[in-house]
Amino acid sequence: MAKTYDGDRRDFLKNIALAGGGLLLGFPWDSARAGMPSLIGPSTLPADTGINSYLSILTDGTVHIHSPNPELGQNIMTSFAQIVAEELDADWTKVKVSQAPLDTKRFERQLTGGSGAIPHSWMRLRKAGASARHLLVAAAAKRWGVPASECRTENGTVLHPASGRKAGYGELASEAASMEMPADVKLKDRKDFRLIGKPVRNIANRDIVTGKGIYGIDVYRDGMVYAVVQRPPAFGTKIRNVDSAAAKAMPGVSDVVVFKNNVAVVGRSTWEVMKARKTLKVEYEKEGAIESTEDHDRLFTEMLNGSKSVVRRKDGDVEAAFRQAAKVVKAEYQCPFIPHNPLEPMNFFADVRQDAVELVGPTQTPAAARSQVARLLSVPEDRIRLDITRLGGGFGRRLRNDYALEAAELSSIIKKPVKVTWSREDDMTGGVYRPAVRYRFEAALDGSGNLTGYRLKGAGINADNSTREDNFPSGAVPNLLIESVDHKSPITTGAWRAPITNFLAYAEQAFLDEVAVAAGKDPVAFRLDLLKKARTSPTGAVKYNIDRMEGVIRKAAEISKWGAAPKGVSQGFSVYFSHASYVAQVAEVSVKDGRPEVERVYAAVDCGPVINMSGAGQQVTGAIVDGMGHAMFGKITFKDGIPQQNNFNQYRLIRMKEIPEVEVRFLETDYEPTGLGEPALPPTGGAIANAVFRATGKRMYRQPFVEEAPFKRS
Amino acid sequence: MPVYNLQVNGRSYKVEVEADTPVLWVLRDHLRLVGTKYGCGVGQCGACTVHLDGNAVRSCLLPVSSVKQSKLTTIEGLSTEGDHPLQKAWDEVDVPQCGYCQAGQIMTAAAFLKRNPKPTAEQVESAMHGNLCRCGAYHRIREAVLAASQAKP
Repeated sequence: MAKTYDGDRRDFLKNIALAGGGLLLGFPWDSARAGMPSLIGPSTLPADTGINSYLSILTDGTVHIHSPNPELGQNIMTSFAQIVAEELDADWTKVKVSQAPLDTKRFERQLTGGSGAIPHSWMRLRKAGASARHLLVAAAAKRWGVPASECRTENGTVLHPASGRKAGYGELASEAASMEMPADVKLKDRKDFRLIGKPVRNIANRDIVTGKGIYGIDVYRDGMVYAVVQRPPAFGTKIRNVDSAAAKAMPGVSDVVVFKNNVAVVGRSTWEVMKARKTLKVEYEKEGAIESTEDHDRLFTEMLNGSKSVVRRKDGDVEAAFRQAAKVVKAEYQCPFIPHNPLEPMNFFADVRQDAVELVGPTQTPAAARSQVARLLSVPEDRIRLDITRLGGGFGRRLRNDYALEAAELSSIIKKPVKVTWSREDDMTGGVYRPAVRYRFEAALDGSGNLTGYRLKGAGINADNSTREDNFPSGAVPNLLIESVDHKSPITTGAWRAPITNFLAYAEQAFLDEVAVAAGKDPVAFRLDLLKKARTSPTGAVKYNIDRMEGVIRKAAEISKWGAAPKGVSQGFSVYFSHASYVAQVAEVSVKDGRPEVERVYAAVDCGPVINMSGAGQQVTGAIVDGMGHAMFGKITFKDGIPQQNNFNQYRLIRMKEIPEVEVRFLETDYEPTGLGEPALPPTGGAIANAVFRATGKRMYRQPFVEEAPFKRS
Repeated sequence: MPVYNLQVNGRSYKVEVEADTPVLWVLRDHLRLVGTKYGCGVGQCGACTVHLDGNAVRSCLLPVSSVKQSKLTTIEGLSTEGDHPLQKAWDEVDVPQCGYCQAGQIMTAAAFLKRNPKPTAEQVESAMHGNLCRCGAYHRIREAVLAASQAKP
């Protein structure tokens, strides 16, 4: 059924003529006000502002939209444009998209994180496209003296079939600027989508394959200087003394600046300042706890055995369930710190002048960057312009703006425009890691193999709540206790793609596999039984959609021919709900020369309607490769506060020969669309761990798997 | 400071830099050819891959003083119109996610296809194994290299 929206006439878009002819349509596509189109006053033409939430149609038929959210490879610039173009019935070949700069007046939620952009903007973008289409039809109808209802649109053209007349959007754009919007704009029925749901190529492909300078690290301004910063090598230390005489004497070096715990070397080229930095003699002294990985191992045990935990969820009487259990299953799972390692290292350009501040660079949270810089420098926010470049990956690292603040502070000290570039070593040791966590799981089974009690205690290092207490199997178990305990460490941690769930899902899904085996049940049937309990006799709140979870479980089992794997192939199952999408995976492992190899991963995904089948496939496949790579290889260890891995010769990322074949199936469901940047990653580690168990009899209790017995070369 | 005459993408450039300056930084900071990317500086990621007399090399480990008369080609010079079969295949297969590694991937693949114009999938995997893609776009990279190898000239 076609949808309409109601609204207050005051909010309606008015036709605005562009200076050179054409239509400008302003709409707050990220506004919290339910996406009503809004007026951009005639004084704020794009030529004047260069900014904002507008969609413009030029007289040559070009449809130009500004995409607010930072682009880091989730392909948001393409999928946003697709949604607008769908409702507009635009000619896709005439759609142009640009990255909007930070503009908190026109945009809300101008950030990239939490797989939230599509669910947030879906209806807003559709209404924007439909509004523009309505104006164009009205203009054509007026020109031809026919009822608008007799006109239709197709591929950037308004048609009047009865008379055979037609006109392109470009030639109607100026007239559309004088048409009035009605109260309701009709949206397309989903079955009539011709762009949404199709594979559409990334609109940035050409820039990327020809090497255009579109990333933060590529920024250049006349008069700019280059800088690198030395930060304390060990967490928990601060600068005692700096001897920069040698560095200052190096060719090309103009300044050496000490601020906070940083020593910045500034000069005329990246290589020269990198080289000069090596000659710095900096002494550090203890400031906080100096920790090593052995300390963390001990802390995990102490926290899990101790009584200082926060109860996150408690259902029924878990003590009684364990007292009465016919069988108890216990296990501990552990995950190390890992860095994000986006391939483009941290960098930012800052030009702090007396009257204004210019910031340019890759950030997932531009609004936070600006307000933090405003506070740091005591400059009003409206004096700070922030341009968002394309991000060479993010994975959560660029949610934190430490590197942007550092550039701004340095520029304010040296009073020059400066680009600060982090080396890979800076990036890998400069800290913001996925927290390290150890989980203790316990399950009580009755004589019939029913899960009657479930206990989870998560112990983290700077993880805060390392559990997700309302996720499956909560609601399906009558007696349940979920607790977390955390150790505060000087080692900086932060959100890493699918925060917490990227390791919790592995641990939980691997443990549930153990429980299924102990209960004598097939792992898929075991999960379906639990969901049945959540449906028919739930305990406490059920905060996941049982139908959707069941849907992806059944689909993954179907496409992987679960239970009927070819000889020599072992399957492992996993399912997870995170960031509003549901993903089930089956991994297939075979043993070659005594070692397991991951051959294939099947994924069934329910994210509602897929916007871009090509981009969505990439997100899911990439998340599986990412999830597998980090479960298999990723690990940062510490000795006396110093990270022991600092570049790709010591820190292993997954490479081409190691990838499994991946088969992805999207369920066709009628829910509103949800994001895909994260949800396909959490299930992968568990699916692989479970397949490895079936292939070798060994459980993967620790990441990285490559250090565990069946993988490890003796 | 020494002066070097470099042949890059069919043009001559004169740069005055220290002898140990990696070609990567000469390209990026001095010639402003920023398509060649810095990823690790230790030859492990391949984002900085360029051609030296047609061979794929890691420009982060190549001192400018060692280039001499050799011809350098970067992603900007791989084709005049951005229409090298690999560039076209990269778009058709829709390879890029964040895109940061892709110039290096394409340069590695281009040198490889010159040596081995009709590779098997396994040969492609071996040739591309040294190039990291943090987004995990490996399946499509492999597919695009194979597609380019089968494209009609």
